[in-house]
Amino acid sequence: MTRAVPGAAGIDAGPRGSSGAWPPVVFGIGLLVLWELVVRVAGVPAFLLPAPSAIAEEIGTQFSVILSTAAITGGNALVGLVAGFVFGVALALLATWSRLVGELVTPVVLAASAVPIVALAPVFTTMFGSATEIPRRLVVTVVVTVPVFVASARGLRQVRPVHAELMTALAATPWQHARFVRLPGAVPHIMTGLRLAAPAAVIASIVAEYFGGPQNGLGSRITAAAANTAYARAWAFVAASIALGLLFHLAGLLVERLVTRGRTA
Amino acid sequence: MTAVELADLQKRFGDGDTAVHALDGIDLEVGAGEFVSLIGPSGCGKSTLLRVVADLEQPTSGTVLVGGKTPHQARLDQDYGIAFQQAGLLEWRSVVENVELPLHVHGIDKAERRARAVELLELVGLGEFAGARPSELSGGMQQRVAIARALAPRPRLLLMDEPFGALDEMTRERMQAELLRIARETEAAVLFVTHSIPEAVVLSDRVVVMSPRPGRITEVVTGERPGADRHVDDVRESSAFFTAITAVREALRKGHP
Amino acid sequence: MVGRARGVVTAVVAFALLVLLWELAKLVLPDDGVLVGGTRVLPRTDDAAMPHVWTVLGRLVEPEVAGAATTRTVGAAVASGALFTLGLALGGLVLGGVLGMVLALAMQRFGLLERAALPYVVASQTVPLIAIAPLVVGWGGKIAIAGWTWQPWASVMVIASYLAFFPVAVGMLRGLNSPAKADVELFRTLAASWWTTLLRLRLPASVPFLLPAVRLAAAASVVGAIVAEISTGTRGGIGRLIIEYAQSATGDPSRLYTAILGAAVLGLVAAGAVGLLDIGLRRYRGSVR
Repeated sequence: MTRAVPGAAGIDAGPRGSSGAWPPVVFGIGLLVLWELVVRVAGVPAFLLPAPSAIAEEIGTQFSVILSTAAITGGNALVGLVAGFVFGVALALLATWSRLVGELVTPVVLAASAVPIVALAPVFTTMFGSATEIPRRLVVTVVVTVPVFVASARGLRQVRPVHAELMTALAATPWQHARFVRLPGAVPHIMTGLRLAAPAAVIASIVAEYFGGPQNGLGSRITAAAANTAYARAWAFVAASIALGLLFHLAGLLVERLVTRGRTA
Repeated sequence: MTAVELADLQKRFGDGDTAVHALDGIDLEVGAGEFVSLIGPSGCGKSTLLRVVADLEQPTSGTVLVGGKTPHQARLDQDYGIAFQQAGLLEWRSVVENVELPLHVHGIDKAERRARAVELLELVGLGEFAGARPSELSGGMQQRVAIARALAPRPRLLLMDEPFGALDEMTRERMQAELLRIARETEAAVLFVTHSIPEAVVLSDRVVVMSPRPGRITEVVTGERPGADRHVDDVRESSAFFTAITAVREALRKGHP
Repeated sequence: MVGRARGVVTAVVAFALLVLLWELAKLVLPDDGVLVGGTRVLPRTDDAAMPHVWTVLGRLVEPEVAGAATTRTVGAAVASGALFTLGLALGGLVLGGVLGMVLALAMQRFGLLERAALPYVVASQTVPLIAIAPLVVGWGGKIAIAGWTWQPWASVMVIASYLAFFPVAVGMLRGLNSPAKADVELFRTLAASWWTTLLRLRLPASVPFLLPAVRLAAAASVVGAIVAEISTGTRGGIGRLIIEYAQSATGDPSRLYTAILGAAVLGLVAAGAVGLLDIGLRRYRGSVR
C-alpha cells in the first residue's frame, strides 16, 4: 500500500535486486578510508573536514556527554512526536468526520508543510519562557502534525467501495462504519505517517536548539564546539545526531511493521 | 410468503437528455427457497435490479417488496444476506471474525456470534481456517468466507452479484456445487446475477433473461437445478442441460439483435 | 470551478479563524499563561508575548529602529531579508536538484552504483544532515577557490543545496525505475538504445515522482537556508533577522512576528515556484501507468 505512491516520494525506495549487503558496506568502508587518506595526505585543515580517526577519538572521550545530550534532544523529539501524532490523527478524524472541518483544516496544514516551521522556535520561546524545553517540544509537535495529518486523512478517505456497500447492506450506523471499516482500514496509512514523522522529529528537535534556549542538547553542543574551533568534537556530536535520527527511523519502521503485519494490501 | 416481489419497476439514472433508462417495467417474483438467476449482456441492468432489492439503489417508480417489506425495512431487519463479485473481506480481521461481522454490527454477544460463525465455516467447508488471515486464503476460499458471512444473520434471501466472476473455471464449478448444497441446507431463496449461461442453468429453478437499454425481461427459461438426490456433474452432462442452455442463448440473441 | 471558488473561500475563512483564535486566546487566557506544577502549559498572552495581530501588521510600516538615522521600515527590512534568503534557497535548490538528478541517472545506468550508494542516499533522508550547518561556518574567509574567497552566503547555499540534493535523487531514481516491465520490454523489442529509452520512456515517467520530490526539496532548502544563516551568522537574510529581532523581543515583540511572517511567506513563495514547474510539466503527470 505504501509502495510507488508518487505523493510519498522520499524515504522507502528500497534497492532493486538485493544481491547481498556487500556493495553498500564496501562502499561505506571505502569512503571512510578515502576520507582518512585525503585528510592525511593532502593535509586538509580540520575546520574543513577532520579525519574519521580524529572524530572517532572524540566520540570515545566525550561518550558520556554525548549520551546525556542525546537523551535531552531525543526526549524532546519523543515528546513532540507522541503529541504531534495524537494531534495529527485526531485532526484527520475530525476532518473526515465533517466536510467543513476538513475544508478549514486542510489549507492550513498544506500551508504549514511549505513554511519553515522551525522558525516558530523563538516565538514559542517568548510565549513559554526560555528556560524550559516546552518551546522545542512544541516545534517538534507542529512539525510532526503535518505529515501525520496528511497520511491519516488520505487513509481515512480511502474506503474500498465493496466495504462501503457491505456496511450499507449490513445497515451499519456511521459510527459502526468508522469503527469496523474506516479506522482499521486507515491504520497502514497512519503508520506510514508515523514512520515519516519519526526522523523529522529528531531533525526539528536539533534545529530548534539553534534558535536559543537551554544549552543542553546535541544541537547546542555542535554549535558550541564549532565556535570553540573544536571541529572533531563537533563532528562527534554530528555523528551522535545521525545515530539518533537512524534510531528514530528504525523505531518508526519497527512500529509500522508490528502494527500492520499480516495485512496484504 | 414470496421472497421478492417486483411490479412495474422503473429505474432511471440522471435526468433530461443524459438520463439512462436502466430498468423498464420489471415484473418478477421469487418464491421462498427458489433459486432465480438474472442473465444478460453488460448494461442490461441486472446488477442494478439486485441493488434495488438490496436497498443500495432507489427505484424511480414501481413496487419492490422483500419478504413483504420495503427494501429499506428488510435491510434494517437484515432479512437478506449479500455477496459481491469481490469477496471484500476485512483483511485486519481473521476469517472467523469476518463471518461474525454482520452479527457484531448488530450487537450479538461474543459467544453466540462465535458459535454461529464456526458453524457457518463448517458449512462452507473452511472449519480449519477459522483463525487464518484472509490474505492466506485462495480466491475461491475467500469467496466461500463471503458467502458464510452473508448467511450469518440467517437470511431467508441471499443476493449474489456475480460472486464467482473472478474465479477460474475449475474453482467456479466446485463453488457452484457448494452453493447448491448450501442453498438446499439453509432453504434460503437466492437471487443470483451472472454472465455465464451454464452457471445460470445449472444453479437455477428459473433463469431470467434480460435485454439492454432499457433493461427489460425478455424471457424466463426453466433451469436445471438438481435436487438432493442428483449430483450437479450429472446435470452438466444431461441433454436437458444443453437444451436449456440453447434456450437461454436464443433468448439472449432475441433480446439483442 | 465552483469547487475551486469554495476552496479559496474556505482557505481564507480558515486563516481568518486562526487570527480570531489568537485574539480570543489573548482575551480569555490570563496574561501570565497557565502553570501546572511550575510548568507553563498555556502560553503567556500579554502584549509582550502575543501582540495583537494589528500591532504586528502596523509594525511592518514603522521604521526598523525608532529614531535612527536610516528610515527603513520593518516591512522593507523583512522583504529584503526574505528575498535574499529566497535567492539562496532557490540557488541551492537548483544546484542540489541538478546534482541529485545526475546521481539518479548514474544510479539508473549503473546498477552497482545504485546498490552501493542508494542505502546511504535513503538513510541520509532520515538523518539530521542540517546538524552540520554550524560546521560549514568555518569555511567563511578561510578558503579560496581559484582566487575567489569563500563567502558566508556560499556556505548557506551549499547547505541548502545539500538538503535539496537527497530527496531529488531518491524521487528521480524511483521515477526512472517506475515504468512497467512491459513498457521497458517493448522498448527492448524495438531495439531502442539506453538513451532513447531514457528520453522517450523513463524521463516522462519520472515526472510524477520528481514533482513531489522537488516540492519536498524546496521546503528543505528554505529551512536549510534559514538555519544556515542563523548558524553561520550570515547577514542580510531572514534567518539572521529572526535571531536579531528575537534578541530584542522583550522590548519590541511585534517585530519578531513580522520576521516569522516573512519566513512563512518565503516558504509559500518557494512552494509557488515549484507549482509553476508543476504547471509547465502538467502534460507528463500520470502520462505513464
